[in-house]
Amino acid sequence: MEKDIREDIAWAQINKDVLKSLESPRRIYWVILLIAIAMVGVAVGCEIYQYQTGMGVANKNNSHVWSLYIATFIFWIGMSHSGTLLSAILHLMHADWRKPIYRFAEAMTTFSLMTAGLFVMVHLGRLWQVYYVMPYPNERWAWPNFQSPLVWDMFAIATYLSSSVLFLYVGMIPDLAICRDNIHAGWRKKLYTIMSLGWEGTDRQWRNFRMTYLTIACFLIPLAVSVHSIVASDFAMSNMPGWHVTSFPPYFVAGALYSGCAAIITLFIILRYVFRFEEYMTLPIMRKLVRLTFAIAMVWTYLNLIEFASVWYGHDQTAKDQLIFKATGPYAPYFWAMIFFGSILPLMLAFKRFQTHLPILFVVSILLNVGMWLERWMIISPSFAHGHYPWAWDHDQWPSLIQWGMVFGSFGWFTLLFMVFCKVFPSVSMYEVKEMVYHRSLAQKHKPAVKGDY
Amino acid sequence: MSTRHLLALFNDFDEAVAAIADLRAANIKGFHIDDLILKSPIEHPEVEQVLGDKPVNVQWFTLVGATMGGLLAFILVSAAQGNFFAQLKGGKPIIPLPPNFILTYEMFILGGVFITILGFLICAGLPAKRSPLYSAKVSEDQIGILVQGDESAVAAFKAIFTKHKALEIQEEAAK
Repeated sequence: MEKDIREDIAWAQINKDVLKSLESPRRIYWVILLIAIAMVGVAVGCEIYQYQTGMGVANKNNSHVWSLYIATFIFWIGMSHSGTLLSAILHLMHADWRKPIYRFAEAMTTFSLMTAGLFVMVHLGRLWQVYYVMPYPNERWAWPNFQSPLVWDMFAIATYLSSSVLFLYVGMIPDLAICRDNIHAGWRKKLYTIMSLGWEGTDRQWRNFRMTYLTIACFLIPLAVSVHSIVASDFAMSNMPGWHVTSFPPYFVAGALYSGCAAIITLFIILRYVFRFEEYMTLPIMRKLVRLTFAIAMVWTYLNLIEFASVWYGHDQTAKDQLIFKATGPYAPYFWAMIFFGSILPLMLAFKRFQTHLPILFVVSILLNVGMWLERWMIISPSFAHGHYPWAWDHDQWPSLIQWGMVFGSFGWFTLLFMVFCKVFPSVSMYEVKEMVYHRSLAQKHKPAVKGDY
Repeated sequence: MSTRHLLALFNDFDEAVAAIADLRAANIKGFHIDDLILKSPIEHPEVEQVLGDKPVNVQWFTLVGATMGGLLAFILVSAAQGNFFAQLKGGKPIIPLPPNFILTYEMFILGGVFITILGFLICAGLPAKRSPLYSAKVSEDQIGILVQGDESAVAAFKAIFTKHKALEIQEEAAK
């Protein structure tokens, strides 16, 4: 049987390898960083132009309004879910193969939420009034409409973002102490000293740490589900054809897990190469990750079919027309591309020979996410193009270059945050890898390993 | 008589556990097992077999935080709705329960998470100043046992640590 990780790897070596990633990545790291900065530059340029010219440049003057921005917003919210899947759900299930890869997945959660938040800002006509959505006491006694799913969104995303950041941070404290102990000077030393809070790995600290980590993991799972259900409610609670679908919340959650898993595969391959993590991000772990992605892809496919079936048999002629429009109208190439990338292409992942073929997986995982982005776009745009009122139909509208620039730049923004994180903080959890090695070597010696169950 | 602190470093967890068991059994004057601190690079719940069960109280913070978060959210949202007469309700309730429950739920989780972290910091004694008897080896691959006792107990401590193949013994007079 393939081993997820070598049991004979020395603990000091684990520290050394991971700490090395903070200092000397391959040169391609800097290339990726420069490309990301350039992409962010494109988005900043587009935002400045949009701000100065008016929201018309982002198609707000036609029936498509904020379609591309919000499709991308949902995409980034969705991307965040796999961090929770890997760090919380698999943690509760004692799937210890997640240990070398959960840290970067958690970071991915945080940064994709931060990227999603940007799209809330850029799609607003009056950016400077963004705080109106927050319930703050004011002299006019004006409050947001608490019955609106948009306000629920604000609450849910703010909760998810702050909880994810805390979860990421708390899980990193023992590793920050390792960094503090091994880096001897400079701003990093100060940063790690402050952030490690004086952690010494005492039995009292570990006991409370484990309970805290487990408790937050338990909170994060329903929170992640609620966040994407609420995002789904933004649409499902309206009566627009194509949006008013009961199965939207689970469909959104499955899509979120799917795109997140695909993104983890992409980032796994990048980090493995850039930071020389071949010992930790191993092919057997990749195989498990790919199988998980395949399973989620099939769940998504099923929910997609359910959505189509419920529209087809729902006796709502407008919704049915909308579905036919999606599959045969001007959006047909994108709709069928979504089906191909989302449901057909992942069938490749069922073949053992592709499950560890990194170049193929790299391309496939990106294409899966293209499919998942198209899914979000196909949820939103066709309903604007072909809604209830024929006089408002606008089949030929194509998102403007400014909108595409923003979408393009958002990938740069995410990459920039993520790569900077991986250079400043350990992207592989050192103490958890040690635990994995320890318990596996105990098991190998036929010695009962007692795990940290509370 | 002055109190002394000793930190012994072990390569092997089993040896460290055996040393703790011996310390417990030795009945050394001026030493109490509750004053012993185990420092390790990973968590070893097995150590409770020799150190005894110690309570973890973080869950109480979680309970209070989540309950308060949920209650506070419901009260604040309902109070805001009850005072916001300018908003047209169209015949619907002034304080609608289903949407308020969603916000209550979100704040229930937020309160739970925030206060759990606070509870963790309090229960784990963080942030803390690093103790002078600390070795960076503990965050790498060695197990540390920190004990404190009377000056007369130092020899007994050292004998037990040496018996269990301690790699290094650091000693410091308590301030």
